[in-house]
Order: sequence, then structure tokens, then C-alpha cells
Amino acid sequence: MISNVKTTNDLAFKIRDLNLHYGDFHALKDIDIDIPRHKVTALIGPSGCGKSTFLRTLDRMQDTVEGAKVEGEILFDGEDIYSKECDVTDLRKKVGMVFQRPNPFPKTIYENLVYGPKVHGITDKKRLDEIVERTLKEVALWDETKDRLHTSALGMSGGQQQRLCIARCLAVEPEVILMDEPTSALDPVATAKIEGLLHDLSGKYTVVIVTHNMQQAGRVSDQTAFFLLGELLEVNSTEKIFSAPDNKKTEEYISGRFG
Amino acid sequence: MYTREKVIEKLIFICAAVSVAAVALITIFIFAQGMPAIQRTGLLKFIFGTDWSPTNGSYGILPLIAGSMAVTIGALIIGIPTGLGCAVFLSEVLDKKQAGFFRSAIELLAGIPSVVYGFFGLAVIVPMIRAVANVFSPDAGATGLSVLAGAIILAIMILPTIVSISVNSIDAVPVTYREASYALGADRRETITKVVLPAARSGIFSSIVLGMGRAIGETMAVLLITGNVAVVPHGIFSPAATMTGTIAMEMSYATAEHQQALFAIGIVLFVIIVILNGAAQAVMKKFGGEAA
Repeated sequence: MISNVKTTNDLAFKIRDLNLHYGDFHALKDIDIDIPRHKVTALIGPSGCGKSTFLRTLDRMQDTVEGAKVEGEILFDGEDIYSKECDVTDLRKKVGMVFQRPNPFPKTIYENLVYGPKVHGITDKKRLDEIVERTLKEVALWDETKDRLHTSALGMSGGQQQRLCIARCLAVEPEVILMDEPTSALDPVATAKIEGLLHDLSGKYTVVIVTHNMQQAGRVSDQTAFFLLGELLEVNSTEKIFSAPDNKKTEEYISGRFG
Repeated sequence: MYTREKVIEKLIFICAAVSVAAVALITIFIFAQGMPAIQRTGLLKFIFGTDWSPTNGSYGILPLIAGSMAVTIGALIIGIPTGLGCAVFLSEVLDKKQAGFFRSAIELLAGIPSVVYGFFGLAVIVPMIRAVANVFSPDAGATGLSVLAGAIILAIMILPTIVSISVNSIDAVPVTYREASYALGADRRETITKVVLPAARSGIFSSIVLGMGRAIGETMAVLLITGNVAVVPHGIFSPAATMTGTIAMEMSYATAEHQQALFAIGIVLFVIIVILNGAAQAVMKKFGGEAA
């Protein structure tokens, strides 16, 4: 499906014949998709189409849902993440996730950011300080927060909290960032800031973002995948999807005829 | 309609007033009865005096305060880790159905009368402690009636309080906190100890304070198993007398000065409980804003 990708080295994820069942419900059907490295891939489709479920299979957060059964192959850097040998905590260090609602821990800004690095064994105070400064600068939050690093993260605005969550995710130096509708709980100004941030992050990180907002997919992504009722109907460059999609259903959805 | 509402309002006002009046009257009564004894002995001598022998007219309650503190602190040392471990197991390890069974079993503990705990302690715990104590120091002639016996029984008695309140506050921690932790590559142990328990800390703390209040106030069970010897305990195997136990035992035959001294012990207990509640509320106010 993706013609511009030449070698597997350019791929972060390679997914073949992915099926997911919740009990009797067949939530994902025969998904084949390649996620190119250091690009932004947007997942679009109406509610309940399986796009968030798909996203959560990529860092095995789906494991925490009772009764979910995954079949098929998800290769991350060439290794099957559903094999027995895969270390889930190591996978999640490399594949970070940002959630729909900002979910900072009820701790200080500083403690939120050093939580991940500490879990992965970094204890040196100076290195932790550096991580805090670097990540806050990466999400353009440093100037607003440098004087109140040791106050509660819950005292920040929703948009600031979401940027803090992105910074927290960057603090463990992931290769991939998964985002599950990261702006749906935010106002337009905060949304614009996050989108600008996404633009800065692409190129350095592989980003997979689920979004309900068609314009957002068009603005931020290089590649777009359209899901409908658990099937992946089309995946193409974003430019092509929004100008001349191959699938008639894609065109109908994008032009707002359903969804 | 209007008059009927007025009448009902007055009625429930009286209900509320009765409970407040009861507290006020009990407080006034205890202070009125007990203050003369404190005045006669002197506050410092009363609290820090080490000789409690009412027949000789000597009223120093330090041994009783120390006895109450010893069994209470002992109960907390045993009860807090056990209760917290139990709460984490119920809410984080077991599924809902299994947890429900365990919880009703633990809550049943709260319904057992305290005299039954005391009897159980006397029949089972005390002989075990006697055996162990005699291994350590055969010449001391320990009876097993001891601080340790009181601490163990009180620890069991405060478990339902600690477990049920802690489980509720752990269950109230939003799943989004756990997800955030897992998504950063933390495992279950790290998620529980570094995210879930800190987020639930205000509930856990109040469960401990309530448990502590119950331990200090408990009378019948400790009366049966601590030996009731009014000396400052010098170890976990030594006997002790608590403030509550002493009041209960001696009130029936005490007269005049002695009776007033027992009421004065009640004042001290009352003040300790008030300070404890105040401290708990202050700490919860400080942490409350950040808790789940």
C-alpha cells in the first residue's frame, strides 16, 4: 500500500493480519499497515471503528483490558511485540503514549517528569534536572513552569497539563509516541499549541495519532489511515487521502457525508 | 403543607440537638467529676507520677498512659502493614468476586464483640506468648498477659477499619493514573507503590487514625489479656494496665477521691482523642486537595 517506503529500516511498525476480539466482538479485522519511521501517521474514522483499539495494541496497553485476544503479527523494529520474549516494560519505554484526557499524576511538575526516568533506573539528581529542563523546553513549557517546578501539576490549565504529559512521555526517550485524541478535551488555543508541537516532534519521533478532527489529520500528518467498523479501508499519504482517495467510503467520510 | 414541613424541621432539629447535647453533657460531667482530683494532686504530678496506688492515696497515671500507648503503638506496628497489604491485595490482585468474599470476611471481624476478642486472646494468644517468653528468659516467670498480647488482639480489631477504608480509597484512584504509569514502562509493583498508594494516601491516613482511635478506646479485650499491672512496661512481654481498663475495673468499688481520679483519667483520654482527631483533620486538609 505504501509505495514510497523502500526498506524495513524505514519502518517503525510492520503489522500483518492483525485481528483482535473482545469475547464475541471482532474489533479489528485483518489489519495490514506499515508505520514509517520519523513520520506522523493519523488514524481517522467514526467512533467505534477500532482506531483507538488499534493504537493501544502498539504498546500492548490492550493487555490491561480483560477478555481481549490478539492474533497476527506486529513487528516493532523487526521484533514481534506479542511474542513471549518481548519485555513489555521495555517496549513501553520505547513506545510512549499520550491519552485523550490530560492525566498528570497528583504530584509536582518535577516529580511527574522524573517518574519514568526513575522507574528505568536514573537516580542522579543532576541528570534528572537536565531531563526536566530538556523535556519542558521540547514542549515549550519551560518558561511558564521553571519557577514552579515543585508545585502540583494539577494546578495547571488543561492545555499545559497535556503538554506536561507529552513531556513526561519524552522523558524516557521513546522512539514512538502514540496519541489518542490528545486535543479532544482542549480548547482551540491549546489545540493549536499541541499541533505546533507535533510539527516540531515529527522528524525526531515516530508519531501515531488518533483524531476525530479531519482538519487536524490534514494539518499534522504525513500518512493517514481510515478505519471503518474494525477494518482498515485505506492508508495513503495524507495529501492523497484528502485530495483523491482510492476508496469511495473514505471520500464520503472526509467530505462529511457520514460519521 | 407549610406547617407540616415546619413541624418535621423542628423534629429533626431536636434529633440533631440531642446528639450535640449528649456530647456536651458528657464532657461537662467528666470534667466536673475529675477536675478536683487533678487539682488536689497537681496536673504534672497526676500525669507524670509513676505510682498508681489508690489505697495509699497516690494517683500518678504515667504507667496507665504508657500502657495505653504501648498496646496502641504495638497494634499499629502490626496492624498497618497487615491492613495495607490486605487492602492492596483485595483491590489490585483479586478480581471483583473474590475480593467481595474476602471483604465480607474481614468486615465480619468488626461485628465480633470485644469481650470475645479478649477471651480468644486469653485462651489462644496468651499461652503462646507465655511459651515463647519462657524460651527467651525462663526465670522471669512470664504469664503471657502482656503488652504483646494486647497489641496482637488490638491489631486484629483495627483491621476491618484500616482495610475497608483503604480499599475504598485505592479503588477511587482513577484508572488514568495507572494507565499513565504503565505507559511509561512501569510494572505493577512500581505503579502500586509510587502512583496508586500516594494518590490514595489521605484515605489510608484517615483509616489509620480511625484505627488508632479504636485501639486507644478499646477496653474489654485489653482488660482481659494485658495483666493490669500499673507499672510502666519495660518490654513487650511485660504486663501493663491501660487507662480504659483501669477505669472499668476500679469504678465499681471506688469511692470519693479514688472515683474522682478515675474520672480524671477520663479527662486525659478525652483530651488525647480530641488532639488525635484534630491532627488527623489538619493533615487531611493539607493532603486532601491532591488526593483522589
